[in-house]
Amino acid sequence: MQWLNVILQGVLIGGLYAMFAAGLSLIFGVMRLVNIAHGDLIVLAAYVSLMATQAFGMDPLTSLLLVVPVMALIGYALQRGLLNYTLGDDLLPPLLVTFGLSIIIQNGLLELFTADSRKLQAGAIEIQAFQLAQNLWIGALPLIQFVVAVAVIAGLQLLFYRTALGRALRATSDDQAVAQLMGLDTRHVFAVAMALSLAVIAIAGVFLAVRANFDPAIGPARLIFAFEAVIIGGLGSMWGTLAGGIILGVSQAIGAQIDPGWQLLAGHIVFLAILAVRPQGLFPKVSG
Amino acid sequence: MIVEHATRSSRIGLALIAVTIVVLTLAPYWGDRQTLRLLAEMFTFIALASLWNLLAGYAGLVSVGQQAFVGLGGYVLFALAMLFDVNPILAVFVAGPAGGLVAIPVALLIFRLRGAYFAIGTWVVAEVFRLLASQISVLGGGSGISLPASLVIAMAPSRQMREFEMYWLALLLTIAILAVIFALLRSRHGLALTAIRDNELAAQSNGIGVWNIKFTVYVLTAFGTSMVGAFIFLQKLRISPDTAFSVNDWTAFVIFITVIGGIGRIEGPIIGTIIFFALRQTFAGLGSLYLLMMGAVAIVVMLWAPKGLWGMVVERLGWQVLPLQRHLVPGTDARGKS
Amino acid sequence: MPDGPLLKISAIDAFYGDFQALFDLSLSIDVGQVIAVIGANGAGKSTLLKCIAGLMHPARGEIVFANAAITTIPAFEALRHGIALVPEGRRLFPSLTVEENLLIGGQSRRPGPWTLARVYELFPVLAERRNLPAPALSGGQQQMAAIGRALMGNPRLLLCDEISLGLAPIVVRDIYARLPQIIAEGLSLIIVEQDIVQALRAASHVYCLQEGRVALQAPARDLTREKISAAYFGV
Repeated sequence: MQWLNVILQGVLIGGLYAMFAAGLSLIFGVMRLVNIAHGDLIVLAAYVSLMATQAFGMDPLTSLLLVVPVMALIGYALQRGLLNYTLGDDLLPPLLVTFGLSIIIQNGLLELFTADSRKLQAGAIEIQAFQLAQNLWIGALPLIQFVVAVAVIAGLQLLFYRTALGRALRATSDDQAVAQLMGLDTRHVFAVAMALSLAVIAIAGVFLAVRANFDPAIGPARLIFAFEAVIIGGLGSMWGTLAGGIILGVSQAIGAQIDPGWQLLAGHIVFLAILAVRPQGLFPKVSG
Repeated sequence: MIVEHATRSSRIGLALIAVTIVVLTLAPYWGDRQTLRLLAEMFTFIALASLWNLLAGYAGLVSVGQQAFVGLGGYVLFALAMLFDVNPILAVFVAGPAGGLVAIPVALLIFRLRGAYFAIGTWVVAEVFRLLASQISVLGGGSGISLPASLVIAMAPSRQMREFEMYWLALLLTIAILAVIFALLRSRHGLALTAIRDNELAAQSNGIGVWNIKFTVYVLTAFGTSMVGAFIFLQKLRISPDTAFSVNDWTAFVIFITVIGGIGRIEGPIIGTIIFFALRQTFAGLGSLYLLMMGAVAIVVMLWAPKGLWGMVVERLGWQVLPLQRHLVPGTDARGKS
Repeated sequence: MPDGPLLKISAIDAFYGDFQALFDLSLSIDVGQVIAVIGANGAGKSTLLKCIAGLMHPARGEIVFANAAITTIPAFEALRHGIALVPEGRRLFPSLTVEENLLIGGQSRRPGPWTLARVYELFPVLAERRNLPAPALSGGQQQMAAIGRALMGNPRLLLCDEISLGLAPIVVRDIYARLPQIIAEGLSLIIVEQDIVQALRAASHVYCLQEGRVALQAPARDLTREKISAAYFGV
């Protein structure tokens, strides 16, 4: 029974990891860009939520109404103002520019907020739990997070395959020049994709802030979780990313149960094992 | 027509280099203890940046996880010195092959990833090393360990002699690493590397074994990085997982140096290191603001001067300090053929 | 209705890096006219179309469309002015289905006679395959889809880059047979072709390019085989 509990907790946090990963995967799919600052942007969203709760007295979940648009706007400006200029055949510029961005965000947050650990309080909902069976409990907040994660991924799938915007995103990623002939300004299309990615990051960041302690330095670890979830699940598939997140979450939970110091290591080992045995991931849609 | 490497500016450059090496070797006689330490630190960064440059600028493998080998080298040194009674200076040279050996299975795994995903993969590997190091309680576990005083004293007859030895070790390692890189680039493998750097697809279609070359370069770079790492922690006399595998210290600074100096040019890391240390002396008091500035400068340089400052100079003036380019000159070779 | 020609190209030079592809090239087309641009490989035909559509820009000279200077417009503004290009090699979007490819052709919502229904009427085989991914179609079907996609933008000028390329003659005939329906409402057409026979039948006026220059331009009915060979190969 205890192991069932462990696995359940792993599945639930896997939803959060999948949300971390969805934004990363989206951007890579549309413009072949891997944003090294991705994890730090999640942390930035957490701090924006912190500011919103402190300034307006909102509770964290309500602050989403503010954080999501703010982050989306930041994403649009970031792509339009900086990252669009790094796109091209050479892989060094986007990598090094986003790495520099990562350093800037981490140290900027350090200057503004110090290295103190923070956590957002969501109130009573944090301790609410449902009992599924004897010795099997499910927390309200983790459940909400998981449901939202699934909803976000379903929403992104819907957006990509059932809307005009999704068509525009897929077409631009297929063939930039011909997409322009359709009247699409690709600079704008890429910026919208980044705005979308940061909107997802915003949700993930707020959930992270409520769930655990955060400080300016935890960004890179989130990037690594996002990346591992994408690779385990397989490139090009949103549902694969969800599966990848869950597998990562469960691996970490099992590792932690064996020995607390093994939590992260267990996740890395599963990732490396998948890389060794099935490098295309478990549910790939595209190769490479 | 024969292939020649040297130009007038590179001949001047070579002479200057020879003079510089002599001056630096004699530093213990004209410099004080602080100067020696500063110079040794600069040498380690020149070495790390040159190795990173070889990997990224020539083989096209961008790694943000070289701290894996810096830390590995450090831990190998501490293990050999403390657990197996190996002379610390000898241990530095053993760390090299140890790093190279570890790099083989690592490369086999992460070479399945491409481009930026490869980069993050190298980071994951570094994280794994860090977590494993925290589990080794005999070497201090999560909080780290210091080198016992007895071992330190046994290294040399006096403290001054020890400082001199460490300085010369740093100089020797750096010159050796630079010499190997230079020789590699000058060989026909170097021509292949330059081809890969300029256009990988074309290089591959010309029959150049791209995978093999990248693999070899990765392993060699790990070899060199581990040795430098071993030296760094011998110098510090203390190691811990967080310092050994620090992204900021061993990757962020190194990338900054190489980008500012010029990726893909052998002189770039040297120029970059000088600039980095000049900036550090000036702005050291600012803490995280300094890192923030550094990130911003790296972005600006990457977008507006992607070849780095030295790259800009080379393009404008056609200088080279080291004779690495190949150009045809009229004349006859040793066999009397023209 | 603009006064004068719909499109007027005046003395353009175009370069790929240091390589000059077009020399002092001038061309004009009236509303409702169909012209053909023929020439050997590398003569500059595709380059010309790219300059009109904004995918590249001439280093010298002027391009005026419906009294608006379009010499330096970015490619995504071409359709706004009313210019659509059927690219060489079709270049349908592989991640999109046939219908999605057509829909994205109309995403700029320009008013006009062309709708999804009308395109399916013109090319019924596309309606049958509307939900298939674009790469699943045969070459001829892909060409029809590419034309349909361009028409969905309701352009005033349609540029067709080598639509017969790689297709069987019977398929080419089938596509050209629908040209009258395509231009029924007064759409102007520039056809770039290596298949001279079809191009000459469809067009009222012909330009023959040779190494980036106009070697010959005349009404289609005035042209003979000898004149064309001479212009084509520079004999």
